[in-house]
Amino acid sequence: MELTGAEIVCESLLKEGVDVIFGLPGGAVLPFYGALSGYPQIRHILVRHEQAAAMAADGYARATGKVGVCTATSGPGATNLVTGIAGAMMDSIPMVAITGQVPRPAIGRDAFQETDITGITLPVTKHNILVMEVDEIAQAVKEAFYIARTGRPGPVLLDIPKDVLAGDRRPFDWPESISLQGYNPPGEADELQLSQAVELINQAQRPVILAGHGVLISHAYSELKELAEKAQIPVITTLLGIGSFPTDHFLHAGMPGMHGMAYASLAIDSADLLISLGMRFDDRVTGRLSDFAPNAKVVHVDVDPSEFHKNVKATVPVLGELKQVLNQMLPLVERKTHVEWLQHIDTLRAEHPSLYIRQTDELLPQYVLKQLSDITDGQAIVVTGVGQHQMWAAQHYAYKEPNSLITSGGLGAMGFEVPAALGAKVGRPDKVVWSIAGDGGFQMTMCDLATAVENNIDVKFAILNNGTLGMVHQWQEFFYDKDFFATVYSGNPDFVKLADAYGIKGIRVTDKTQVASAIRQAMETPGPVVLDFIVKQDEQVYPMIPAGESVNEMMEEPITERIF
Amino acid sequence: MFRRRGFNISSLAVGNSEIPNLSRMTFVVEGDSRTVEQVTKHLHKLIDVIRVSDISDDNAVARELALMRIHTTSQTRSDVMQIVDLFRANVIDVANDSLIVEVVGDEEKVDALQNLLAPYGVMEVMRTGIVAMTRGMNANGGGSGRNGGSSRRPTFNESGSV
Repeated sequence: MELTGAEIVCESLLKEGVDVIFGLPGGAVLPFYGALSGYPQIRHILVRHEQAAAMAADGYARATGKVGVCTATSGPGATNLVTGIAGAMMDSIPMVAITGQVPRPAIGRDAFQETDITGITLPVTKHNILVMEVDEIAQAVKEAFYIARTGRPGPVLLDIPKDVLAGDRRPFDWPESISLQGYNPPGEADELQLSQAVELINQAQRPVILAGHGVLISHAYSELKELAEKAQIPVITTLLGIGSFPTDHFLHAGMPGMHGMAYASLAIDSADLLISLGMRFDDRVTGRLSDFAPNAKVVHVDVDPSEFHKNVKATVPVLGELKQVLNQMLPLVERKTHVEWLQHIDTLRAEHPSLYIRQTDELLPQYVLKQLSDITDGQAIVVTGVGQHQMWAAQHYAYKEPNSLITSGGLGAMGFEVPAALGAKVGRPDKVVWSIAGDGGFQMTMCDLATAVENNIDVKFAILNNGTLGMVHQWQEFFYDKDFFATVYSGNPDFVKLADAYGIKGIRVTDKTQVASAIRQAMETPGPVVLDFIVKQDEQVYPMIPAGESVNEMMEEPITERIF
Repeated sequence: MFRRRGFNISSLAVGNSEIPNLSRMTFVVEGDSRTVEQVTKHLHKLIDVIRVSDISDDNAVARELALMRIHTTSQTRSDVMQIVDLFRANVIDVANDSLIVEVVGDEEKVDALQNLLAPYGVMEVMRTGIVAMTRGMNANGGGSGRNGGSSRRPTFNESGSV
């Protein structure tokens, strides 16, 4: 049977198990949409901005573990995807972006809506392919998905010219297997690396496990738990590693880094061994490298060898896929206790109550998140934007399950909260999904409330509204002499009226006593709901290790009263 | 990739290899061993890159080609040609007031020739950049060359593309 290029794309997507695509059509990609409308097995969710398509595909991928798919037309459609693609690259998210391109004879001639999107996305994609022949499409799609989901996951872009999509009926030839000469993702670890790593683990007196995104990507949660419990090693989860280890487990020792808990940073500072599992020593975690973990040796397990010694010199790098590596390690790791070390960390926790929320009648943003955590019992999927609210969401919500915090970590793209939440809910309709926004980020992607309405995507949108670009404002407070230039928003819309304009329920909360009932009311209302929490301005995120500093310069919240 | 990661390239040469559809690229990169390690690993991550060899420490032969346009007068021409001969280079074009020299050699040889010809007036220089190949092993089990033997073997298998 002979199919057009566009139909071959659709058939290939079906072969890859795709059942939802986020996108926005345009001229160059119209033939694809023409074919897609005949494939009801693939649900298309129409967004209002291509950036939302990419970020929704990202949120979908993080919530489900499947490859997120987005599509846009050439030129401005494709360039609007770039932020979302870059975010997926930084956080190692499996994504395939399909863009239409101008017809082949027009390429390179500054045609209407032409951009060299493969050139533009070279640094922010794991791989990209400009498909120049109909016969190449099936192979390209198969390669794209394979590359996106294996090894260290990442975004792959497929750029397909309009005439390749439209013309030339060709047989659909789905390759049975795939083998790329230049691509060989690691599996099990080398015996020598493994034995040296285990030796260090068995000898350590004050070990700490740093669990990162790799644990979630590799579904290695039970292996991590077993390792931690067997050798009684405290586990610190990075921002992207949150959910890989239950926050209420007695061995969980918080989140490290710039806005991590003080006790976590202090524990790292006095550790003699860091067991880094699928985390990349991002500068938000390490601060000044020369003062990071000064007394610790490092066992670094990662699937990407370029991370070894990139930021932190590993004493023993272990190259391999995390789940397999942990399974190799577990029988060799000795059953142990570290009673004094764990007691030391408990003492640090008591002396540095980093999660303490001040007792006050004012409506604090941290309080909203704590209430949300209690009411949802840590079972919701929390999607955040970027900024102060993001850090509070990471700190004050008690995440119990993997993939329950969805947040733009490496890129830190504001506006992530709305579209990524839509993607997450579409992927996990069984879960309660809360989108936590600041009023700054919310305004960047709020147009896609329309997408929520049109598709009845039941996301609860909570805006922590302090009328400022909060995190930047905080930096100006601490480091720029309180010169609050360009960080105060005086033109915000009435978000409740905005919700009403979209035909959905809006709830404004101005008083601390209304928070719990507002949250419950939102959850009892079917369909998307917008909550506008008017929170206290000038709150700072504590603790804070300023950029380029170390735990020695950590700023903790000045506490005027203590809870015992 | 190089620009994104901040690596400095001194020279770059690309061409066909003995395998159809496969090119060989030779980069000369400035940096310490950590830089070289990062460059190697990041090159491996590129899907289209099949293999990466760091031959900095190895026994290798390195050559580049240079074309140099040298200013000559009727008095200086024979001096210039004598220097060219000494370097076993060739004159491939002669004009009234200049000639073009073609030289093949390692970086030091080409630099040396250019320096010696400088007083006469070097009008234009085009260099291809280094291509290099590791020396073959001889019967003694070691290569013959200035490093005189084994290259640095990494202790761990840290290579691989992801």
